[in-house]
Amino acid sequence: MGDADIPGVTVVQPESPAEPQETEAPGPRRMVLNMGPQHPSTHGVLRLLLELDGETIVSAQPDIGYLHTGIEKEFEVKNYQQGVTLTDRIDYLAPLSNNLCYCLAAEKLLGLEIPPMAQWQRVMLTELTRLNSHLVWLGTHAIDIGAMSVFLYCFREREDILRIFEMYSGQRMMTSYFRIGGLALEPPRGWHKRIKDFIDVFPSRVDEYEELLTSNGIWIGRTKGVGFISLEDMLDWGVTGPMLRAAGLKWDTRKTQPYSSYDKFDFEVPTRTENDVYARYLVRIEEMRQSARIIQQALAGMPDGRWTADAPHVVLPDREKMKTQMEALIYHFKIVTEGFRVPAGEVYQVIESPRGEVGYYMVSDGTAKPYRVHVRGPSFGNLQAIPEMVKGTLIADVIASIGSMDFVLGDSDR
Amino acid sequence: MIADELKSFPVVAALAEAEPEALVGGKFDRGELTLEIAAERIVHACAYLKNEQKFVRLSTVTALDWYPEEPRFEVVYHLHSPERNERLRLKCRLAGENPEIDSVTVVWRSANWYERETFDLFGIRFRNHPDLRRIMLPEDWEGHPLRKDYPVTGDRV
Repeated sequence: MGDADIPGVTVVQPESPAEPQETEAPGPRRMVLNMGPQHPSTHGVLRLLLELDGETIVSAQPDIGYLHTGIEKEFEVKNYQQGVTLTDRIDYLAPLSNNLCYCLAAEKLLGLEIPPMAQWQRVMLTELTRLNSHLVWLGTHAIDIGAMSVFLYCFREREDILRIFEMYSGQRMMTSYFRIGGLALEPPRGWHKRIKDFIDVFPSRVDEYEELLTSNGIWIGRTKGVGFISLEDMLDWGVTGPMLRAAGLKWDTRKTQPYSSYDKFDFEVPTRTENDVYARYLVRIEEMRQSARIIQQALAGMPDGRWTADAPHVVLPDREKMKTQMEALIYHFKIVTEGFRVPAGEVYQVIESPRGEVGYYMVSDGTAKPYRVHVRGPSFGNLQAIPEMVKGTLIADVIASIGSMDFVLGDSDR
Repeated sequence: MIADELKSFPVVAALAEAEPEALVGGKFDRGELTLEIAAERIVHACAYLKNEQKFVRLSTVTALDWYPEEPRFEVVYHLHSPERNERLRLKCRLAGENPEIDSVTVVWRSANWYERETFDLFGIRFRNHPDLRRIMLPEDWEGHPLRKDYPVTGDRV
């Protein structure tokens, strides 16, 4: 078809689709370097094909798919509640964010009202997830660039967070603690003190990381002015999250399209305009402080009430009721054996995960299993921008640049 | 034909005016707007929405397989405009075993990988795509796993 007549569209001639081939008469200094899929700085199984001219990157081609596990297909043969366990395994550094997005999508289809207490617990735990994810990012990013000790500090606090998750759900990482209709279990005794003890000291811990890095000459030298990519290019390539905020776009789904009571919390969306690796670092550091604020507000104002919705056809009855009431027993039997039916329809639920925009597109045909669940992972969009970002830079900066994207390959490959 | 109640959305009215052949249907359900676009006009509609209606982001592209119904496939685009703070879903119906549709990579470069993924897992070909290869599965994989006639489990040995 003739695209030339469409206003605003310029037809780009297809680039050579094949991988760069060394045989095509490379210049005397040109070489193709295969980075990954086992390279330590790609944190997972990203493979980058770098075409080099000396130490300068001529072109880069990301190659993904090594971690594809067919999760979207698997959703279609599990009932809705079973699907929650798959979402943990998509972005394994932010499992609760994915739990939340999946549950919100299903609840939107069902038209379920979630009690305030469950919503606030969800906010608090997803913010702890954000801290957890940013801590892993900061520690590993610093190691990549050569600051070993930051990693040890970050993992000290991460351990505390994982212990909190374990206390809640019995699991450290794949908690599956959010369920359609609320939470899996009643919050455990003593949760309040445990989180309060942690969050009261956490801001001072962020100060410690900042002391190590923010005005550290080596850190600034390795990150300032590195990894620039224009805001327009990022939007066009599908980049989301802290990357955009470090380029000055004040867009955070928690603020613009609030979900799960985020509109009741007072927090700032940090932005920078330098749009380099250092700015992304500062944005994430500030996000940690803001998350701590949200958690403190959640602790202070946690509403009383049930942790599950009043929907007996969706939520399993209490053990005691199940043993004493016929109706509860019937519901229990039906939910366990065949799941619950979800009215036909489709929704696209979007939340702000630590990495950016997570979207779950869920289609129901009226049965107890989703007809289709599509996951829009932020890492997938972010990775697309790598060639644009590293073109023309030095190979040593590639590590810093891709580290600043904070991707998880499970999230992009699914 | 577009229901009159949908015309109350500025973006629908504008699109119906600018691209009358493109817009073939739509619905507003659970607070989300879905527009059905004629497959051969998808690039025109997307270019208009991006350039004139500020939908600068393509959030994702995927597909649905309604096997054994015909037309069997639906390609689904999720658009987002940070400036308008609005989201929009576009759908195109495609028939047959080997469906084809024009690529929207000329509008948003991010469509590149989204369409490659859709091609890989559904076998929908995107015409004029700069680099239409499998992205998740190995090059020599047979079949397209997210089609409904693709088995979930292999043969038991």
